[in-house]
Amino acid sequence: MLVSANFKLSFDSLRWSLKEVDCWLLVLDTRGINVWCAAGKGSFGSDELVYSVNAAGLAEVVEHRELIVPQLGAPGVDGAKVRKESGFKVVYGPVRADDIKKFLEQNSCDEKMRSVTFNLAERAILIPVELYLTIKPLLITLVILFIISGIGPNLFSFTAALARSPFFIGATLLGVVSGAIATPLLLPLLPWRQFWLKGVIVGGVGGVISWWLLQERIQVLETIAFLSWSTTIASYLAMNFTGATPFTSPSGVEYEMRRGLPVQAGLTVLAAVTWITTPFIR
Amino acid sequence: MKEFRYINEQVSLKLDSATCIGCGRCTTVCPHRVLALEGKKAKINDFNGCIECGACAQNCPTGAIGVNPGTGCAAFIIAGWVNKITGRRVMSGCC
Repeated sequence: MLVSANFKLSFDSLRWSLKEVDCWLLVLDTRGINVWCAAGKGSFGSDELVYSVNAAGLAEVVEHRELIVPQLGAPGVDGAKVRKESGFKVVYGPVRADDIKKFLEQNSCDEKMRSVTFNLAERAILIPVELYLTIKPLLITLVILFIISGIGPNLFSFTAALARSPFFIGATLLGVVSGAIATPLLLPLLPWRQFWLKGVIVGGVGGVISWWLLQERIQVLETIAFLSWSTTIASYLAMNFTGATPFTSPSGVEYEMRRGLPVQAGLTVLAAVTWITTPFIR
Repeated sequence: MKEFRYINEQVSLKLDSATCIGCGRCTTVCPHRVLALEGKKAKINDFNGCIECGACAQNCPTGAIGVNPGTGCAAFIIAGWVNKITGRRVMSGCC
């Protein structure tokens, strides 16, 4: 009896790895969240497991009294409690579904099967999620940018907004590409351990390259706005990527946020001020 | 995890050797090989490798392990701060 969660990717990879294996699956309702996150938030937990065991009438379906739970479900599952309340013993299987067959054959996990990895493919697969999560705040940001770009000596000019905003929107998109795509891919190559700093490097380098390409068309103040804005966006998104990595501790993330957020806020103010003042001193 | 290291000394993991009975469950559930059995007691092998997922503390039968568990994304932590300041559950954070 293997236990899984109703997150499509988890469940599908488990099914694929179980070809030619004769077994039962018990799927906990985690509302579309993967095993590890759900375990951290409690929906993949002892109570839900006991409930599902009873609801499915497992005691009548199988003779044995053993549940194989994915190892990453352990933050939510207390083996002793489950045994006491359901009569089933919890055995922790491997981290990855690919290793299930091997686990069933040798009836145990080696150190490698118990350890989490984070290779290039595992990082790349997270990028679409990161981008998807930025869509809503990004659209709001772009509307604000459009309005800010129109502010000038005539109070507000629609023409100016149209003419100037593409530039600032470009800086925003550059920040998104740097923070949500380049940073995850280049992660092991980037210096420093704090993610907001990694984002500053990638966003800053991207900004300087763009400036070099555009330098004949922009003023000094606009350059400052462009660079600080793309760097801020990249830094924030890189910092938020900590939540998707399997090697960051919440205490550490809080530590770096206390340092990163003030810098990002300062750069945001700098970008806004320089961008808004440009039309007044032209 | 050897390839990736995060900020040092920012981990809330604690192990009380006196209460530990050496069952080894923590060493099984840890995703980063932070804990290891030495004789009949668990020990912290790689303190800075801990990501505070909470699996060890959840599965420890004697409560010998203490950790302040959570998920480490910025949006979730900001939500936590906002909720603490306002004293209400204003934001839910991410996933």
